[in-house]
Amino acid sequence: MLYREVGQYHTNYRADMRIFPILQDRIGILVILAIAFLGVPLIGGSFFLDVVATPFLIYALAAIGLNLLTGYTGLLSLGTGGFMGIGAYTCYKLTTWFPGVDIVVWILAGGLAAAAVGALFGLPSLRIKGFYLLVATLAAQFFLQWAFERIPWLYNNNISGTIEVPTRTLFGLPITGATATPVTRYEVALCIVVALTWLASNLVHGRIGRSWMAVRDMDIAAELIGIKLLPTKLLSFAISSYLCGVAGAMLVFLWYGSAEPTVFSIDLSFTILFMVIIGGLGSLLGAFLGAALIHVLPIVLRGVPPALGLNIASSTVEHLNLMIVGALIILFLVAEPFGLARLWQTGKQKLRVWPFPY
Amino acid sequence: MSLRWTSIAACAAMLIGLALPAFADDQIYVPLFSYRTGPFAGSGIPIADGMHDYLTMLNERDGGIGGVRLALEECETGYDTKKGIECYEAVKGKKPVIVNPWSTGITLALIPKAAVDKIPILSMAYGLSAAALGDTFPWIFNPPDTYWDGLSVIVKQIAAREGGFDKLKGKTIGYIYLDAPYGKEPIPLLQQLAKNYGFNVKLYPVAAAEMQNQSSQWLNVRRDRPNYMIMWGWGAMQPTAVKEAVKTGYMMANFYSIWWIGEGEVQGAGPGAKGLKNLNWHNNGTGYQAFADIKKYVLDKGLSKGSPSEFGLELYDRGVYNSVLIAEAIHVAQKLTKAKVVTGADVRRGMENLDLSSTRWKEIGLDGFANSLALSCADHNGHGNLFVQEWDGTKWVKASGDVGPMNDVVDPLLAAAAKEYVDKNTGWPKRTEACDHTS
Amino acid sequence: MHLLYLILVDPFVQMGTAPDLLAQTLWEGLVSGVLYALIALGFVLIYKASGVFNFAQGIMVVFSALTLVGLYAAGVPALLALALTAAVMFVLAVGIERLVLRPLVNRPDIILFMATFGLTYLLIGIGELIFGGDTKQMIAKQLYLPSGAIDLPMLGGVVRLQKLDIAAAIIASVLVAALTVVFQYTRIGRAFRAVADSHRAALSVGISLNQIWIIVWFAAGIVALATGIMWGARSEVSFALEVVALKALPVLILGGFTSIPGAIVGGLIIGLSEKLFELYWGPLMGGGTESWFAYVIALIVLLFRPHGLFGEVIIERI
Repeated sequence: MLYREVGQYHTNYRADMRIFPILQDRIGILVILAIAFLGVPLIGGSFFLDVVATPFLIYALAAIGLNLLTGYTGLLSLGTGGFMGIGAYTCYKLTTWFPGVDIVVWILAGGLAAAAVGALFGLPSLRIKGFYLLVATLAAQFFLQWAFERIPWLYNNNISGTIEVPTRTLFGLPITGATATPVTRYEVALCIVVALTWLASNLVHGRIGRSWMAVRDMDIAAELIGIKLLPTKLLSFAISSYLCGVAGAMLVFLWYGSAEPTVFSIDLSFTILFMVIIGGLGSLLGAFLGAALIHVLPIVLRGVPPALGLNIASSTVEHLNLMIVGALIILFLVAEPFGLARLWQTGKQKLRVWPFPY
Repeated sequence: MSLRWTSIAACAAMLIGLALPAFADDQIYVPLFSYRTGPFAGSGIPIADGMHDYLTMLNERDGGIGGVRLALEECETGYDTKKGIECYEAVKGKKPVIVNPWSTGITLALIPKAAVDKIPILSMAYGLSAAALGDTFPWIFNPPDTYWDGLSVIVKQIAAREGGFDKLKGKTIGYIYLDAPYGKEPIPLLQQLAKNYGFNVKLYPVAAAEMQNQSSQWLNVRRDRPNYMIMWGWGAMQPTAVKEAVKTGYMMANFYSIWWIGEGEVQGAGPGAKGLKNLNWHNNGTGYQAFADIKKYVLDKGLSKGSPSEFGLELYDRGVYNSVLIAEAIHVAQKLTKAKVVTGADVRRGMENLDLSSTRWKEIGLDGFANSLALSCADHNGHGNLFVQEWDGTKWVKASGDVGPMNDVVDPLLAAAAKEYVDKNTGWPKRTEACDHTS
Repeated sequence: MHLLYLILVDPFVQMGTAPDLLAQTLWEGLVSGVLYALIALGFVLIYKASGVFNFAQGIMVVFSALTLVGLYAAGVPALLALALTAAVMFVLAVGIERLVLRPLVNRPDIILFMATFGLTYLLIGIGELIFGGDTKQMIAKQLYLPSGAIDLPMLGGVVRLQKLDIAAAIIASVLVAALTVVFQYTRIGRAFRAVADSHRAALSVGISLNQIWIIVWFAAGIVALATGIMWGARSEVSFALEVVALKALPVLILGGFTSIPGAIVGGLIIGLSEKLFELYWGPLMGGGTESWFAYVIALIVLLFRPHGLFGEVIIERI
């Protein structure tokens, strides 16, 4: 009833191939963007923005990055944490050298270094596949983390061994550092994420995305139809790492405010991989849904006992939290192995024919 | 469909969570960050219980501080910076009077926020050493000693055993540390002292992932044969190191550790660990009036979260010490402001005027528990005296008199570190907080 | 020039001048290698039988050790506690088969891999809830594990062999031998190999997949218990031990996911090489190389043999 494409005719290929071919989708996305840009900062308090919204955006971007690699190109990677770290450290070095240049430029530039490193560590993907590749990318993760700890140049020889975010302004408004308000940091993060999501969406809908998917579905067949595996796989690694690198820079500059090397540990890689799988492999929407679930669920769960007036020790809550998250992951995989994105599609299909069953 | 219900439930829970009633106005809200989960929980649990039990005792015995009850709330960080920041954001709105992050990583992340949110941060003998300078870091406190103080005391002790600093020449000191900011901090001082006194330094980093797999570090020790070993360890790294040291046959009497090694972490190594040295600034055990009160009002009433077996352990007592500082700061703040319910800004002033003299220690029922400690606007640390404890096979035994840190070496380092911090963080605010002079 | 000397000559000079230290290093490497191999063995068993890349192997190590120590602390005699822990591992195997594997049958590998992640979280939560997060001592003495060391005077010095390490090596070898015998010569073993070859063919000749899975997860649980006891006795039982299990991953790709001898050879190679590298070349790079060196070795091997040293070569067809 509400969601019906009857009467919406496409008279040319361009209209038929657009990302949101249906009017309702276009309205929906505009509404979501309006809420994200205006509604959330107006309604959400500083706790909501700093703990829920901004981290969610950052995770979502990293999940999109990994999804390009794992979901679209079929290459498993656990080096995400390391690549995010490269982005953060590069951004930090750049802003130390050129404090005058706008920080957003450096956040975006930080990803470039991550892209280069990602492509380098992607080289083995030409020979090895599946879980072997997964473990091989762990080499990148551990080596990079070791480098963050062991190369003092990366953190400007700070005695504490951490990178600390200086205050940087954009048009006189502080957007990083302690004086930046949660709203500013949220809006900056939102702008970057929306822009890069748009970029990623265009990539996967175009020629490059199609060649990635061909490689994913069967790389030998893809090679036979003339897709060059080397550039395709490396490009996927590079772009995926670029997005992860930008997310890493945002993580430090717009969220944590300082970072030690352990921030970019293997746990981060696992978290992002979770988001991709729970959200749905090969779906940009899935990256957002996965990030929302994996990041927000523990926060909500932590708030439940006090909200219900139960006096449970915080550590017990944490234990229960882990158990619930663990059980939910299994449950989700059993109920919907293709992720939340597939649930969304099923729901959409139902809406389309509602009120009739089919 | 189930997803819809889940999400509706989640949203509902979220709204309720956000609409949580703030703590009543006639209470002082003290959040306690703790970590009873994760790989470092072994160290974190006794600390958390000590902190919690002392403040609960004050509530139960005296009805709080100055007649105002303390609203205590634990927040679980898991020693993880991300969760620590979440905890901070969660408690921020409830007007906490002080925050103790119990992790160097979380402390570093919170330092810039403290001045903005007007919440003082107590990082007791951890965190950023340079925060000892109150003129640069008015909101951060790290009494009673910095890691550099600790290292200088260890080197002083070694020199004393050798018969003077000139005898250190040509000796080798091995430094085994957790490969994290925490463990790396003392290295510049160690290297400078090595240059001053002509000893050699050998570094043995232990990555966090390899904490329980240290055989190569100890093979290195066996090869280099350092005359002394110093350890900056944490969590499971410490018992493993002690066990490996015993296995390698290292002279335990020459093995020094920074103050974070507890009894439970040495016991496993058996009798071979006898002689291991450890720094401390407070006594252990339960032989004080306040501890008797904790037993009476908290443990016996079943208000403690911990097991009675950890009551009086070194790290439990460390937690108590941490809470004594919090309670005293609130007490001083009440005296300064003449108000009963104090704010974070008041407690910051209270911290700066903290004066735990031996008479005051006696008043609070901890006579002889620890050395006197006085902070000021400029000195947020105190650089108090430390002493060495020795493991006698079952417990820590005091094995030296009080030793002061080498202030002449540490102070310039602190000043340089603080200056560097300010230089790197452009726009670091100048101190605007006025300084009280009470006498 | 000097650098080249430091890299190419100096380490060997050091080895030559202190052969006893070299011998000690080799011994330590072998012992760590055996323990890595044990963890890897757990992975291989499960991967062969059910195609699951079981990330939960690490937490199974911790969980079994915790259960053992926790039961002992609750007053159960040590050997009975050991038996009960084995029983718990069996219940766990049945539970996993029922609740995780059976509903997820025929799903893509990555989904099963993720499910074992969920399992990891679940087990961490349960373990911490029941036994607490504090570190515990392994009850080595009560389990009749030897302590102390044997000093062998040799090569102009002393090589110190920990009795515990010797026991670990023996127990590991016995376990491996027992598993080999079981899988080579018994009915269950033949069924296991049939399942490893092809699920469908095995089903069609009347082998119960579910039964085999339970048995294999149980075997992996026993291997995890052995690892937990050994590693717990060497250091202590804490949740940080879970990370050690990550060390088994490079061992796996070195040896190949599907090969039991591969896991053992891979474990030994990695144990030996990382200790040698850390001791003789590590100081050049500031030490602490162990966290990644194993992966570099594994990567180099993979570049020449994409399925590990002993892994099954998969021939791809269109």
